[in-house]
Amino acid sequence: MTAPTTTTHMLEIGHGRAPVEVWRAGKGADLVYLHGAGGLMPDDRFFLALAGQFRVHAPLLPGYGDSEGEEELKDMLDTTLHTGDVIDALGLIGAPLVGHSMGGMIAAELAALAPNEVERLALIAPAGLWLDEHPVEDLFAKLPFELPELLFHDVALGESLMTAGLDLDDPEFLSAFLITTARRLGMAGKLLFPIPDRGLSRRLYRIKAKTLILWGASDRLIKPLYGEAFAAAIADCELQIVPEAGHLVTHEKPEKVVDAIATLVNAG
Amino acid sequence: MKFTWFNLMPWPHLPDDFREKNRSVWVDIPSSLYDPVKGHEVYNTYLDQLEYAESLGFDGIGVNEHHANAYGLMPSPNIMAATLARRTSKAALVVLGNSIALYNPPIRVAEEFAMLDVISGGRLVAGFPVGTSMDTNYVYGQIPALTREKYTEAHELIMRAWKEDEPFSFNGRFTQLRYANCWPKPIQSPRPPVFIPGGGSIETYDFCIENEYSYSYLSFTGYKRAQLLMDGFWNRVDEMGADRSPYRAGFAQTICVAETDAEAKELYAEHVNYFFNRCLHVYPGYADAPGYRTIKTIKKGALSQYTRSSLGALGKLTWEELVADGHIIAGGPETVLRQMKELITGLKVGNIFCLLHIGNMTNEKTMLSSRLFAEEVMPHLQNMWPEWEDDERFWIHPLEDRLEPTVPLATMAEAGR
Repeated sequence: MTAPTTTTHMLEIGHGRAPVEVWRAGKGADLVYLHGAGGLMPDDRFFLALAGQFRVHAPLLPGYGDSEGEEELKDMLDTTLHTGDVIDALGLIGAPLVGHSMGGMIAAELAALAPNEVERLALIAPAGLWLDEHPVEDLFAKLPFELPELLFHDVALGESLMTAGLDLDDPEFLSAFLITTARRLGMAGKLLFPIPDRGLSRRLYRIKAKTLILWGASDRLIKPLYGEAFAAAIADCELQIVPEAGHLVTHEKPEKVVDAIATLVNAG
Repeated sequence: MKFTWFNLMPWPHLPDDFREKNRSVWVDIPSSLYDPVKGHEVYNTYLDQLEYAESLGFDGIGVNEHHANAYGLMPSPNIMAATLARRTSKAALVVLGNSIALYNPPIRVAEEFAMLDVISGGRLVAGFPVGTSMDTNYVYGQIPALTREKYTEAHELIMRAWKEDEPFSFNGRFTQLRYANCWPKPIQSPRPPVFIPGGGSIETYDFCIENEYSYSYLSFTGYKRAQLLMDGFWNRVDEMGADRSPYRAGFAQTICVAETDAEAKELYAEHVNYFFNRCLHVYPGYADAPGYRTIKTIKKGALSQYTRSSLGALGKLTWEELVADGHIIAGGPETVLRQMKELITGLKVGNIFCLLHIGNMTNEKTMLSSRLFAEEVMPHLQNMWPEWEDDERFWIHPLEDRLEPTVPLATMAEAGR
């Protein structure tokens, strides 16, 4: 099978706000995907796997890629409403909503804020909760070379995916990497720093969507037992743990994750 | 020239294997390494040294703010300045400074600085750092990308609180006060001189130049490596059409003075080694929370600190290398004088923050080095900027008739007997 073709476009969201970069690929039912704090990778293998079964729309959060205007988003509510506006501008209110990590947190917030607008929700290792006995690792105090071990079950795969084979000791690559990281994680910090809890636990009960929670069994950033906490708080919810996968279960086991999402979307 | 005697107040009892057993001197250093009983002696010795510095003729004595940091034991610089306000009478109290994004509400800083200025008879220099990422983001939990905005708002509130004569309402994003009302007001009107510590954020240049604040570059890597950054500052001064008063800028320098160059090494090398090896052992993951620095600054910045190979590079330098690279200015009085002149003319600065206590230096050695600097070096540096001798914009304006404690401690003890 040939890889689906990805197109990107700048989506106008009006009211003087900066346009949003949206990736689109695939055929079939529409689906909205919200990326994690690391953004989409070049030739993002999870995005492409989703596009194998869906017509997937992935808006980039301001601070990521060509999406600008991040200085206007100060907090969780700003970000959640912005995401709702983007989905509205795409004409996709009611489409299945999938979010990974930080994107899962935003998706959960949106589903709680507008429970009648989200019917199918897939949260992949979402951030947003905090358990004192099992603190989420501090993503913001990691050096570039420490990330693969934190995020992947298969560290060697992580290293090759995250750096696309480039050397983090090379100053030129490092400079570009740091600028991208500062923009992205600068934005992400407004939702996740210093503790990735903006009160979501008080709102999860509002979610009406049929919900799938997916977690990599070897997730070292947000431990899999957070999945149980989410599952316990959301009414119509199923938790699946994926073996031999870390926080980026999306990139380590893309087919398994997409199949589970397809089951959720196609269920009666 | 204005010389401020500055003590970082490091913890002098870090174990020999500190580097091997701990990843950072800051943020996540276990507090079991602190001993409050020894701390009693440490604090009081350090305060004695600051008071001694006044008696040696230093223009200012300086304190600063750090958190969860074993080389900077002053979470509250204002407490230190308060003790000094009562025990000194001439020197400027250089509080460098209060990290105003961390005070809630930040009018607290306007009040406390005003208290210090009033108690000391107008001797306060008010410092307003954005704060390091380690202190501000990691230890005090401020969101990196919003830190500068919060700082800017806090600065606006403080300046307005000092200026206004009536209560006013302040509707900020981070602070809302129905009754902003600063009691007391500072003696120095409308404000004490303001120093802004900077570490290379270029936005800070404009902020200082626009507001007539003094830019204070606090670096531990010495004057030779500071050249590029300070050139950038002076270029910006020219671009903005401001004058080139050297008092627009200051520089912090580690200085060790002995009778001879050889004696300097003999006396101070172990303490310098302690400082660079243990005190500056900071985990690089804490150096810059993403979003703390602006993209503009990152593009100009040195990035080598993030590579695997650079970890701990400073701690490996020898005494000779540290001296040759200007990380430290050290030697007999003539050597130190020559290097100080290089520093002052090269960086074009009028303020020097003299780091004369280093690492785990003993009190005797600290006093010796300070005395030699004050007696053998400082007098020969007084006339470096004759054309700016009368520039009083960046220094304190104390009351002519200042009070001192009326009842000396000894008399009180006598009375109680």
